[in-house]
Amino acid sequence: MLDVQNLSVRINNKSIVDGVTFHVYENDFFMLTGPNGAGKSTLIKAIMRVYGYKGRVMLSGRDILSIRPKNLASLVGVLAQEHQPLFPHTVYEVVSLGRYAHMRGLFGTLGREDRAKIEEALAITGMDHMADQSVLTLSGGELQRVYLAQLFAQDPSLLILDEPANHLDIKYQITMFDIIKKWSKTPGKAVMAVVHDLNTAFCYGTRALLMHGGKVYAQGEVPRVLTRENLKAVYSVDVARWMADLMKRWT
Amino acid sequence: MPDAGGRLTKGIWNMWVFILGIILFAMVLFVAVSLGSVPISLSDTWNILIRHLFGKGDMTGIQSGTETIIAMVRMPRVLLAAMTGGALSLAGAVMQSLLKNPLADGSTLGVSSGGALGAVLSIVLGIRLSFSPELGLALSSVAFSFLSLVLILTLAYRIDRSLSTNTIILTGVIFSMLAGSITSLLVVLSGDSLKQVVFWSMGSFSGKGWNHVILMAPVFLAGSLGIIAFSKELNAFSLGEKQARYIGVDTKAVKIALLVMTSVLIGVSVSVSGNIGFVGLVIPHITRMVTGPDHRKLLPVSLITGGMFMVLTDLMSRTLLSPEEFPVGIVTSFTGAVIFIVIFYKYNRLNKRF
Repeated sequence: MLDVQNLSVRINNKSIVDGVTFHVYENDFFMLTGPNGAGKSTLIKAIMRVYGYKGRVMLSGRDILSIRPKNLASLVGVLAQEHQPLFPHTVYEVVSLGRYAHMRGLFGTLGREDRAKIEEALAITGMDHMADQSVLTLSGGELQRVYLAQLFAQDPSLLILDEPANHLDIKYQITMFDIIKKWSKTPGKAVMAVVHDLNTAFCYGTRALLMHGGKVYAQGEVPRVLTRENLKAVYSVDVARWMADLMKRWT
Repeated sequence: MPDAGGRLTKGIWNMWVFILGIILFAMVLFVAVSLGSVPISLSDTWNILIRHLFGKGDMTGIQSGTETIIAMVRMPRVLLAAMTGGALSLAGAVMQSLLKNPLADGSTLGVSSGGALGAVLSIVLGIRLSFSPELGLALSSVAFSFLSLVLILTLAYRIDRSLSTNTIILTGVIFSMLAGSITSLLVVLSGDSLKQVVFWSMGSFSGKGWNHVILMAPVFLAGSLGIIAFSKELNAFSLGEKQARYIGVDTKAVKIALLVMTSVLIGVSVSVSGNIGFVGLVIPHITRMVTGPDHRKLLPVSLITGGMFMVLTDLMSRTLLSPEEFPVGIVTSFTGAVIFIVIFYKYNRLNKRF
């Protein structure tokens, strides 16, 4: 589905991402992991054309540079790290903007299909009872669910998540990843996520890419990537041992 | 969750608010034409208007002087005020959403200052088209609005390829200072035309006639309709530029189209009426309190509220000290600043995020 070949990004003459190659297949829950400054977020922004890059990014066989913004949005959706709404849009309004790429006509009147998709997205994320509330009144967790609902309304083939659970408490984290995992298993869909929490990567990921200093350190099936040796080398801490010690406290 | 029926009745209610707004607006226009330093009765005003609009109307007992005042002085002036107020409000609403910044306005971006520099340059250097001085002034103002926009955008683009909002606002502020300092220098050096320049730079509709209306109307209509056509893109932009891109908006193209249209609206407004501050900043905020932030409602209603505000403030400027009159910019800045402080205070107390 997503095919990234030898991607490099330089910002202010500094190499941030260096020759990264990977593939995301249908129904993958692809985990992008690595320490701070490894280049994960930059990689995602390059794919979404926020930064210029060298290399090739192919989406369902087409070069991503040749796809027009509106068509791109019906193929790829992104959930950003955080959102800072400024104006009191209602939850429904924000979610309905997910249909932008599918709207026709000058004033973007929502058709029957659009409304059905919006209601479905609201129901999946459990935001249906707050549809007419202003987004300024929501908590961080609720806000993140609103934008997830917007993505479901947008209905892309590939979902890209940039540390989606950053500000969420543990209950919301679990709910959210469960929702996304379920979505990733529907035909024609795939998810790629930047996550810091290695446990989440282990639990939900099908395959993973471990980045270090802008380069690929390891990639493949999750248990083969997130090995004790790999993590020790990349994070310069014995992560596996620390986690094992930590687990003893909970039993 | 409220059913579709609930939303539908809300839509009908919104329609009624819009229709009532238009009726109220028409009444304000009518009263503003009738009031002034020379008192003219409402019925006389009505007859003259009907006469001029539809060729009917009972003109018996109305002096020709009265007719001239209504038809040649007040009507064009009120129409100009309405168009300028609408144009500036629309431009402000667009800037606020585009830059996702509640303090954005034509002046923050530097377009007004650029346009003002162009107009002052034309007044001081006496660069006028012989057949139509207004057109010369407007062209100079619009050209400088464009020029400053191009300069701001190129500079911002050089600094930051993605044209992020911070870069644009910073560049705009710096450009405003630059253009403002050159304008001030010209005003000081202008000598004879000093009074005209000062009066103009405070903003006024005094002495404006049908030639100005004919100049402004087509630009106003085209610009407003063009901007309203971008309502859903503006809704997307108000969630942030990156988010707009993620949901499929061609952000760069839309941004450039909108900035060009707003700079034309601002340029023409500045050339006709001078520097009238605060309208583009305050009116969209007040309107948003009634309509909510959806641009499909906000933009058309802003046209009406902005026009109404400007007509009323212009009415104050020519009646309060009658027969003297003072620049309308003073009234808008005063009322605007007070209203702005109230809004700002309320927003801050209601939600800390503003």
